[in-house]
Amino acid sequence: MTAITQIRRNDQPIYLDYQATTPMDPRVLEAMMPYFTHKFGNSGSRSHAYGWEAEEGTEKARAQVAKLIGADEKEVIFTSGATESNNLAIRGVAEFYKDRKNHIITTVTEHKCVLDTCRHLEQQGFEVTYLPVRQDGLLDLDVLRAAITDKTVLVSVMAVNNEIGVIQPLAEIGRICRERKVFFHTDAAQAAGKIPLDVEALNIDLMSISGHKIYGPKGIGALYVRRKPRVRLVPMIVGGGQERGFRSGTLPTPLCVGLGEAAEICMKEMDDEAKRLKKLQERMLNGLRAKLTDIVVNGDLEHRIPGNLNISFAYVEGESLMMGIKNLAVSSGSACTSASLEPSYVLRALGVEEEMAHTSLRIGLGRFTTEHEVDTAVDELVRHVNKLREMSPLWEMAQEGIDIKSIEWAAH
Amino acid sequence: MAYSEKLIDHYENPRNIGSFDKTAEDVGTGLVGAPACGDVMKLQIKVGADGLIEDAKFKTFGCGSAIASSSLVTEWVKGKTIDEAETIKNTDIARHLALPPVKIHCSVLAEDAIKAAIADYRAKVTRKAE
Repeated sequence: MTAITQIRRNDQPIYLDYQATTPMDPRVLEAMMPYFTHKFGNSGSRSHAYGWEAEEGTEKARAQVAKLIGADEKEVIFTSGATESNNLAIRGVAEFYKDRKNHIITTVTEHKCVLDTCRHLEQQGFEVTYLPVRQDGLLDLDVLRAAITDKTVLVSVMAVNNEIGVIQPLAEIGRICRERKVFFHTDAAQAAGKIPLDVEALNIDLMSISGHKIYGPKGIGALYVRRKPRVRLVPMIVGGGQERGFRSGTLPTPLCVGLGEAAEICMKEMDDEAKRLKKLQERMLNGLRAKLTDIVVNGDLEHRIPGNLNISFAYVEGESLMMGIKNLAVSSGSACTSASLEPSYVLRALGVEEEMAHTSLRIGLGRFTTEHEVDTAVDELVRHVNKLREMSPLWEMAQEGIDIKSIEWAAH
Repeated sequence: MAYSEKLIDHYENPRNIGSFDKTAEDVGTGLVGAPACGDVMKLQIKVGADGLIEDAKFKTFGCGSAIASSSLVTEWVKGKTIDEAETIKNTDIARHLALPPVKIHCSVLAEDAIKAAIADYRAKVTRKAE
């Protein structure tokens, strides 16, 4: 287990937003440091020791990442992060195979970088099917089966959702894709290092990984690209032909080393960490349920990473709640935290009513979260939810037995 | 989002939270907004025999700016005649709280809430006179 129990300063709020990013594990930083200073060489330099030393670092890291997902190290390429990996996987496959196939399948709850990549491809004439999800946030496999056609080249389904933490049935999706000879890409930014992933067992052809979601550095990620059967891609960044030609550019050695170290730590500690986080998740939820009524967990609780909770606190608007819980760093599905004024599209896709989507918070637990922090968070949440309900006209109506759906509200 | 001190003060120490009996003859109630939009304000005024608003109460479901806007207007309307209260403009509310542009609709809602409360009070007076 980790020796470090707290990395925040005492004047900082309690960090409960581990799906947004994670603090770097100090062991990762330690592994990176030499590559910022004396081991500064270009891993592409073949003619001297500086280059060999840097290459040793990047290749060890590649192997560490590969091991985490049951891949061969030759199948891992470094990118700037999961957004780039998702872009490269989807656009790269689509463009390479476009003469034979032009159809891509994804889901409505994907990360924006997948959805936006698909929109971009649609504008170029590709066909994209955006599959709905069930109320629990999971993909219906029959719906997937029915969507695949002779023209389908790729299915892209995220492994774990960033807002609600639900784990998609990867093994089943992989099996369906393999049977139908369609490539399977998964955005595993929120899944890698948190749940066991084996690209062979799951029949995954392409997988996106992010460094900063697994206690590694920001600005680095990886894309797994299967070699047998081979997946081919049109590169997005061309130049010196690094990374098997899929991604040119000098490798950022310290970042690669950091990602590798982060992957290795995750692999070693995954079981213990998952058990510990499960207890904290239960502690949080039981604590809230013991003291508050009318709270709803969004997304399936069972098929979910233990480090995530997404909860609607009925009758209390999310942003006002976040303003109150100043000592807690969380994120909200409420519209009012964003410029768009639209509540979370992920929650809406689950069929969560708009008024409930406005009351949701995403609470992310992670490696450095303590029991004491969870207890403090529960107390703060309970206190502020109660305070805001006291001033909520909707809570008042609910207490009087008035159904707020029976009122004709003027939308504004 | 960085909010002004005045806004945060109204959010943290909201004035005049509560409810009057909405069936009382000297009470006007305004209920505006919609839960689906993330904002609902209930604003009530109690009008004295001298025609002045002697008390005001509110309850709001909404973001911090919505809570602060409604808290502020309950302070502003007290001691005013209903005609004077009716002249309160959303721009005054927005300026006083230094609302960021995306939150201007909160001040509009607060203005609507006063107007709705006044209209409700006037309707009661008219019904009583008939």
